[in-house]
Amino acid sequence: MSGAVGREAVFPTRQSLGLMKNKLKGAEIGHSLLKRKSEALTKRFRDITRRIDEAKQKMGRVMQIAAFSLAEVTYAVGGDIGYQIQESAKQARFRVRAKQENVSGVLLPTFESYTQEGVNDFGLTGLGKGGQQIQRCRETYARAVETLVELASLQTAFLILDEVIKVVNRRVNAIEHVIIPRTENTIKYINSELDELDREEFYRLKKVSGKKQRDVAAADAEILAARQKAAEEQAANPKSPAATAVPIQEEDTVDVLGEQEDNDVIF
Amino acid sequence: MAASAATSKERQFLAVIGDEDSVTGLLLAGVGHVTEPPDSQRNFLVVDSKTETSEIERAFQNFTQERKDIAVLLINQHLAERIRHSVDKFADPFPAVLEIPSKDHPYDPEKDSVLKRVRRLFGE
Repeated sequence: MSGAVGREAVFPTRQSLGLMKNKLKGAEIGHSLLKRKSEALTKRFRDITRRIDEAKQKMGRVMQIAAFSLAEVTYAVGGDIGYQIQESAKQARFRVRAKQENVSGVLLPTFESYTQEGVNDFGLTGLGKGGQQIQRCRETYARAVETLVELASLQTAFLILDEVIKVVNRRVNAIEHVIIPRTENTIKYINSELDELDREEFYRLKKVSGKKQRDVAAADAEILAARQKAAEEQAANPKSPAATAVPIQEEDTVDVLGEQEDNDVIF
Repeated sequence: MAASAATSKERQFLAVIGDEDSVTGLLLAGVGHVTEPPDSQRNFLVVDSKTETSEIERAFQNFTQERKDIAVLLINQHLAERIRHSVDKFADPFPAVLEIPSKDHPYDPEKDSVLKRVRRLFGE
């Protein structure tokens, strides 16, 4: 596997080794943090999924009751009121407001329903007969819509979380299976190259010191031979005591400041 | 994420695509809204047996893509079934598309796009 991931294109120096080690450490920290984030989100996700399931069942029941109460209205009014209601709808009384909730760095919107006060499009609906049924039907439907809004916010949260979890998991896997092995590979490569350089250097030093030792030994042998020769000469010829001593030649120092006239002085 | 946070504030209406009874009931609850006269648009569509599928499709696109003031789109499940392709394809968080049962068609969790995804995720 490690062969497939490859390594980064770096020069095998100690500096880049340090960089790579830092990078590896960073990747490991990032991996553990992202893993934790993903777990927190997944936990939330499962919770939401369960609630969606429940809410959908509840919605089925609530809508059934609401439909029944509408049937009551139709019976009481004694005719179809659909057209009248569609025409008289002007301003929404029932509105939603989006709020946001923060789950480990992910903003989840939640809808909150509220009723706009003072808006009533159906003041005259059911004036003749069936007013009470219509009133009841409105309340039933208002409750049903509240359930629907709740379900809608769950569903939105579900979609967003689904997306975010996918992204986070992709990152976790990328770090785990690509970045960390690649960095490790690079570190291994740099280490082996550095070791290689070290061995070369060591061999070179050994070579150099060997050569130096040889030279020193040769020089020693020469000196020793010269001394021996001198001693032998001295032994053979004791009359001249300073045969080897270099005669010190006292050079005559010229007294520049003396009485003699300089030749090259013009004035 | 920041862009959706900005737009989610303006979304305050619910939209309905449904048969006459569903729409009437939801309108009674007070979700109906008609925008100001110059280009007055209703946020509900009544579908009967004569309504073309393309019209439902158009209304769905209008409510989901063009209008920016709709937070939740309620659609009858049997109508969602007719434009299943679009409903399944639509995966944005806003507006939330919610399939609701109608009087004549009881609710079937197996057909719901979101519930299908839920089931798939849990491998059932």
